[in-house]
Amino acid sequence: MKPAPFEYLRAATLEEAVAALSASDGAAKLVAGGQSLIPMLNFRLVDAPLFVDINGIQGLSGITENENGGLRIGALTRHFELETSHLVRDHYPVINEAMKYVAHLAIRNRGTIGGSLSHADPAAELPAISVLLDAEIIAIGQEGERRIAAGDFFEAPLTTSLRATEIVTAVELPGLPIGTGWGFEEFSQRRGDYAVAGVAATMTKDDGDLTDVRIAVFGAHGTPLRAHRAEQAMRERGITAAAEALRLEIDPSDDLRGSADYRRHLAGVLCKRALDAATERAA
Amino acid sequence: MTEKVSISITVNGTQHCVEVEPRLLLADFIRENLDLTGTHVGCEHGICGACTILINGDSVRSCLTLAVQADGAEIETVESLGDAEELGPLQQAFRDHHALQCGFCTPGMLMTATDMLRKYPLESDDDIRDGLSGNICRCTGYQHIVAAVRAARDERDRG
Repeated sequence: MKPAPFEYLRAATLEEAVAALSASDGAAKLVAGGQSLIPMLNFRLVDAPLFVDINGIQGLSGITENENGGLRIGALTRHFELETSHLVRDHYPVINEAMKYVAHLAIRNRGTIGGSLSHADPAAELPAISVLLDAEIIAIGQEGERRIAAGDFFEAPLTTSLRATEIVTAVELPGLPIGTGWGFEEFSQRRGDYAVAGVAATMTKDDGDLTDVRIAVFGAHGTPLRAHRAEQAMRERGITAAAEALRLEIDPSDDLRGSADYRRHLAGVLCKRALDAATERAA
Repeated sequence: MTEKVSISITVNGTQHCVEVEPRLLLADFIRENLDLTGTHVGCEHGICGACTILINGDSVRSCLTLAVQADGAEIETVESLGDAEELGPLQQAFRDHHALQCGFCTPGMLMTATDMLRKYPLESDDDIRDGLSGNICRCTGYQHIVAAVRAARDERDRG
């Protein structure tokens, strides 16, 4: 057995899970899909006296339309469901494309959107998608429910503004204007590996004039980043300027998969491709 | 010593009601407790794919699942596909196409391919390679594994 010993609670309700986290003063940890947590347990990089399993809590999974033309995605929704959901494909084809890059089938069968956001890997796709689409992350804790804008959620690598006793229950995405174009570009050494860098973009036009552009970058910064300066450069001076602005806006790090300089260059290339694709698709 | 948890797991059609430590990985439960050593353990952190099994029909890394999390589940391991006397169709395709050398990755390849063949059209070799990208083989160079899955896809599509 690789993980260190721990106690295990299979929570039947959110109230029970919140109470268990609170009773441990935040020392207990949640487990859902476990696809990032269990590797860390096996390496003994994570240790907690108690793991609270939320997989059995009813009502935490599934994808539904909300009143503002967008979608509400339950925290326990598995990646495979996102990948194959017609609602997701119709509302956010950019998510559908992103899912092709998320790990491998066996991981997507088990991993959850709530887990991916809470884990906050800066190279992961779904955190970047959440900042791209101005998602709101809904969490419940002792003081009740809280809605956190994706832009305020990711603070540092593997660090969010979630409190240790809070549980993500759902993600809400506002609807995109009809005819919104999109692009999603990622480079990794092997399909399904962590991104060396990636860029997602959406673009809205009115009578051929650009009315809205959004750019999010991942794998090339300490957090998933909404690149506001690159967006401004796109609005004012076009795609090449946006790619240049993005290179200056990010702060990539060196690791085995690539140097910071390489990532900076790559992010610019991917930004250009994503914006080209979004321009092409914007009606 | 942590408190043991009672679980009931059905593996290849046989139900097992046992008490396990929460930290016991499903891969170790299958190998050590049930003596089903067809499921191989390679990296033990979800990279190599050798330990892939099916939980309620979905392929899952058994090294990234706790045995307690499989309580109530139906599990299929490579032993469910067939045996030496009577190979299953996918196993036969692997044999026909020389899709294994040392055999270490093969159980994971077979279980991954089983799920891929159920879920995806696998129209091109690129699709097959994408599907197999989570399983590492250090012998074959993958060509013959792709050929075996292609043959299994053709057989599936012929109905």
